[in-house]
Amino acid sequence: MKVLVPVKRVIDYNVKVRVKSDQSGVDLANVKMSMNPFDEISVEEAVRLKEKGAVEEIVVVSIGPQQAQETLRTALAMGADRGILIKTDDNVEPLAVAKILEKVIGEESPELVILGKQAIDDDSNQTGQMLAALLDWPQGTFASEVILEDGKINVTREIDGGLQTLSLQTPAIVTTDLRLNEPRYASLPNIMKAKKKPIDEKSPGDYGVDTAARLSVVKVTEPPVREAGEKVEDVSELVTKLKAKGAI
Amino acid sequence: MAFDAEIRQALIDQVRRFVTEKCIPLENQVGETDEVPQEIVDEMKQLGLFGLAVPEEFGGLGLDMETECLVALELGRTSPAFRSVAGTNIGIGSQALVLFGTPAQKDKWLPGIAAGDLISSFALTEPGAGSDAGSLTTKAIRDGDHYVLNGTKRYITNANKADLFTVMARTAPDVKGPKGVSAFVVERNTPGVSVGQPEKKMGQQGAHVCDVIFENARVPVENLIGEEGEGFKVAMSVLDKGRLHISAVATGMSERLIKEMVTYASERVQGGKPIIDHQLIQALLADSQAETYAARCMIMDAARRRDAGENVTILASSAKLFATEANGKVADRAVQVFGGAGYITDYGIERFYRDARIFRLYEGTSQIQQIIIARELKRAAQADQL
Ligand SMILES: Cc1cc2nc3c(=O)[nH]c(=O)nc-3n(C[C@H](O)[C@H](O)[C@H](O)COP(=O)(O)OP(=O)(O)OC[C@H]3O[C@@H](n4cnc5c(N)ncnc54)[C@H](O)[C@@H]3O)c2cc1C
Repeated sequence: MKVLVPVKRVIDYNVKVRVKSDQSGVDLANVKMSMNPFDEISVEEAVRLKEKGAVEEIVVVSIGPQQAQETLRTALAMGADRGILIKTDDNVEPLAVAKILEKVIGEESPELVILGKQAIDDDSNQTGQMLAALLDWPQGTFASEVILEDGKINVTREIDGGLQTLSLQTPAIVTTDLRLNEPRYASLPNIMKAKKKPIDEKSPGDYGVDTAARLSVVKVTEPPVREAGEKVEDVSELVTKLKAKGAI
Repeated sequence: MAFDAEIRQALIDQVRRFVTEKCIPLENQVGETDEVPQEIVDEMKQLGLFGLAVPEEFGGLGLDMETECLVALELGRTSPAFRSVAGTNIGIGSQALVLFGTPAQKDKWLPGIAAGDLISSFALTEPGAGSDAGSLTTKAIRDGDHYVLNGTKRYITNANKADLFTVMARTAPDVKGPKGVSAFVVERNTPGVSVGQPEKKMGQQGAHVCDVIFENARVPVENLIGEEGEGFKVAMSVLDKGRLHISAVATGMSERLIKEMVTYASERVQGGKPIIDHQLIQALLADSQAETYAARCMIMDAARRRDAGENVTILASSAKLFATEANGKVADRAVQVFGGAGYITDYGIERFYRDARIFRLYEGTSQIQQIIIARELKRAAQADQL
């Protein structure tokens, strides 16, 4: 089986983001960037499936600036086989990403696409679902377990109040949740070997997809500073106060 | 070979991530239990740290010196005990084989060293021979197809875990000084080789040193590294390289301590303002930064020149002298910036202060570096090369 894993270059999860003074977005100058943590989980899952012998080839795709190549290299170092960089300096919205991926899938014909459930920069949580709709493929989102069995993909999903297990016909879309696995550290020798794995370079135009923004960001603000709490003597005072505030 | 810049950065980022996520959270534990947990050792193996300086054809990374130093700077940003686990395999324990081993010797041991499956130590120092290592008295007397070793080595890092030792021993007992010394690979399981109890030490808990004792230990002649009588040259070449590595580790620690100092000084308020706004504290930070930056520049320059094939003896000694003395001052200032907290174990600063102390002692004390630098200057002057 062939698996496609899209990976996004995002601000590193350890970085404390700062909002630009004009409130147009967050400041990305000189900020450390890394692979979206959910995408790392996707790559890890694909590599584990390959190690189990269930998968022959893992193709990773990134849509982004030239530096997204480093993100692809990280995935190659973790065990993916080859990469496709779809180069653009635009901020590509989830629908456009899904449309580009639809075309990539048309060319690559994978039987399984594993995406992160969301990217930690805009937290959209849309691409996988949109892609499934465009392709009219079954989808198993927020996966905490993925098992390949008799040509089916059994996905355990984390839903409110419990777990749900779906059995998907291939080809299918899976989006990963945090508890699916703990991604490996690419070893230093594999980081060196990843340099020799192929990366194709394309542009959104090659797929005939218009990436112009459909949404405009009105403003981005820092979260409000937490205000000091209030101490109460007892439960009845607490209840009175909460009632006064209209909270209960 | 010039190292690919993108790969180099990816390696450094990965080591920093490992140090930040895996090592730093365990610093207090390792300091208290005197043991690096086996899971971390296994992860270090997985990561490939043991093979940093072993050529690629033997399963290592074959890093050039510049990249090795950049990686060592990153490893320096946590308790040195972590680095020490792989430290002898990366450095003094493997390099005699890398630099002087025969193809058969390399084939036999380097893959295991690179994988971390064989731990290798370096045994030069003796009870009676430290700074003056050329006066060592451990004997290796030829007997048929073997050399018979007798003597005691002291303060040997990782000896309690070692599978292999690079041992410097005197093959010509009547030749005094360095010329009578040869280098050997000695396997731990050779009859007649024993290892003492780990010493109690001032710092670097989790890293261990022990005596290694040879009593009629028969070592096959094919374990001789280089020629008979070349042992001291072998040891000094290994140390030339090791000095740059150690300088980088010490400087990585300085960089970590600067970060700790700045963070603490920004938060700690005295006299109505964060102490970082007091000029006398600023002086401590500024001096630390300037010296640490200078050390980093020296190390990188010496490493690049070594990669370009230059003899860097004087540069490596200068870097070690400066970087480790600077590290000592930075560690002392860190305690000062933290005030009373700098002396309290939970803050971790006093541990670094103790850990730092060894860098000015091993792989040649500061005085020995001064002697080497002066000797090299004199030699250069005589050759009209100054
Ligand atoms: C934690 C630790 C790990 C070690 N690991 C190893 C290892 O793995 N392998 C190994 O072989 N050794 C190892 N050593 C030994 C270390 O390299 C020696 O301790 C060091 O070289 C100093 O030798 P010494 O202890 O005999 O001190 P000495 O040589 O006795 O020095 C005492 C003092 O005299 C000064 N001095 C000596 N000679 C002169 C001179 N000619 N001029 C001016 N001053 C001088 C020194 O600078 C020092 O201040 C280790 C030591 C420690 C503490």
